[in-house]
Amino acid sequence: MQDFVQHLINGVSLGSIYALIALGYTMVYGILKMINFAHSDVYMVGAFAAYYFARWLGIENNPGFSTLLTLIVITMICCSLLGLVIERLAYRPLRNSPKLNVLITAIGVSLFLQYSGQVVFGADPKVFPEVMKDFVILSIGIVEIRSFDVTVLGVGIVAMLGLQFLLFKTKIGRAMRAVSANPMVASLMGVNPDRIIAFTFIVGSSLAGIGSVLVGMKYPKIDPLMGMMIGMKAFVAAVLGGIGNVGGAVLGAMIMGLSEEMVVAYLSSTYRDALAFGILIVILIFKPAGLLGKYSVEKV
Amino acid sequence: MKKLLLALILVLPLVSGCTKKENEIVIGEYDSLTGSDATFGLSSNKGVRLALDEINAAGGVKGKKISLVTLDDQGKNEEAASAVTRLITQNNVVAIIGGVASGRSKAAAPIAQSNKVPFVSPASTNPDVTKAGDYVFRVCFIDPFQGMVMAKFAKENLKIKKAAILRDVKNDYSVGLADVFAAEFKKGGGEIVADLSYQAGDIDFKAQLTQIRSKNPEAIYVPGYYTEVGLIAQQARQLGVKVPLMGGDGWDSDKLYEIGKEAINGNYYSNHYTTESTDPAVTEFIKKFKAKYNETPDALAALGYDAAKILVAAIERAPDLSGKAIRDELSKTKDFPGVTGKISLNENRDAVKSAVVIQVDGNNRKFVTTINP
Repeated sequence: MQDFVQHLINGVSLGSIYALIALGYTMVYGILKMINFAHSDVYMVGAFAAYYFARWLGIENNPGFSTLLTLIVITMICCSLLGLVIERLAYRPLRNSPKLNVLITAIGVSLFLQYSGQVVFGADPKVFPEVMKDFVILSIGIVEIRSFDVTVLGVGIVAMLGLQFLLFKTKIGRAMRAVSANPMVASLMGVNPDRIIAFTFIVGSSLAGIGSVLVGMKYPKIDPLMGMMIGMKAFVAAVLGGIGNVGGAVLGAMIMGLSEEMVVAYLSSTYRDALAFGILIVILIFKPAGLLGKYSVEKV
Repeated sequence: MKKLLLALILVLPLVSGCTKKENEIVIGEYDSLTGSDATFGLSSNKGVRLALDEINAAGGVKGKKISLVTLDDQGKNEEAASAVTRLITQNNVVAIIGGVASGRSKAAAPIAQSNKVPFVSPASTNPDVTKAGDYVFRVCFIDPFQGMVMAKFAKENLKIKKAAILRDVKNDYSVGLADVFAAEFKKGGGEIVADLSYQAGDIDFKAQLTQIRSKNPEAIYVPGYYTEVGLIAQQARQLGVKVPLMGGDGWDSDKLYEIGKEAINGNYYSNHYTTESTDPAVTEFIKKFKAKYNETPDALAALGYDAAKILVAAIERAPDLSGKAIRDELSKTKDFPGVTGKISLNENRDAVKSAVVIQVDGNNRKFVTTINP
């Protein structure tokens, strides 16, 4: 029983990591109807930005709340800038081309970042600075709830609520939804789609930045290929929950985290990835729009 | 016409580059200079370069200088295979110093074998590597030996009866060590209470470790690479698993402690050599390596150094530079005084030598004991 509770905690903690990245995928897809495969590499660059800034500012061995906050702000800025550059140079020129072209470009940008990352940052793993002390918040027998897990989960939930608020309660959120529905008509109503899309990339990439600091804090090993697997899982989580749906991304991420954990616990660790993706296939067969997604007919 | 001329101008230097220079001997090397286990490749490459620089400074071999062509396999098997093909067909190398990882050597060695180019791997410990044929050699011991060393150490020195295994399923090396450890450990009445796996690149191991915790082993054998082992050690301690972790030479990197921090302290792994050795060959090597690169050589640097030295010694002894002549001399290597011990190559072209058990102590590596074959 204690083991089961431990597995639940591990699963939720893993799921909250996926959730942070999944929100970025869902955000960009929701507005632009494109999958930004470079998202997980923006996250990677964010981790390195935090790493270098922490060393530069001399706060690498100075764990505390202010260090965490400083690094989060810095990486959010760096990631947003990178997101804007990618949008401007790679995606905007293709705004009116077929969806497939943009998709392939996104994969290209992703590979470009991964491999130039190896040249610029070096291929061997770096050790993320200690931004916060990990301590036990609550312990029941041998089961412990640790501060890192709570922080990551907390930030994930706050980010989700923040996004919901942004999308449904603010003027710019309404503009975003308008561009999502129909950019042409939105521009007739006085919305500048280019600016809204740029803003979407700022928000999405900032989320990647927050994610990178929190993941770096929890798993202090960063390398230029770190975005690959986590990006894949987060993307699947977003699809699972219904891509474009903010709550769905978090739900999907939790399902991914928990199912992976339970597979290792009660079946075999070799099936970890296979079963997580298996669940995706099954759900997509029976509910193609994802768990919380709305099924929409493409108008021709 | 203009285009044709331009094409000719572009192609000419390539063609002329292929002609062999008369006064040098070209040795090829491929290694993972980028990719997830790049520190291994970079270390080994540094060792190789140090050895060849020394030889060139002393006048070279057969009155000729040695030049080294190093290609990057990016940590991928298929890249290793194409690197070796390129070294043989384009660079016309007389011999190849292989890479570190066994998976890559398994992909590359058969190509060297079919072209009859001698191939020496510094650190591929998987037993199958030299089965590629009689042109393939290695200067390190093989996995069964490392697995056996740790099983013996666990039973005899740590007095352990119940052990768990956490292996990297994607890695031939890790699987090989884990299998032999399990077999050897059970032989003496030991019990393997859990045998779980992970994949290189994973960052979360809590599911496996929670499983292992519930089985109460007295030690956990994690024959993986340092990148994951550091995280595994941390997460194990977070879950309150306090038993020692044990591993193989894949742990040997300064990054291990950087990633694992205090959690990795006090754990054991088997290795090829120890920097604590007082053998003049070793101290001399460490001094030269520090002077050149300003860092302490790890075991892979030492193995790269030995591989290059053994290969060049064979080239020196060989009557000519043909693959067969060099191969024949390589196979006669006996009691070669290497940095990683006295190296003799047996009939399977594997090195026969002892292993050391090291305990992690911060960034230092504390010598615990030597275990002989």
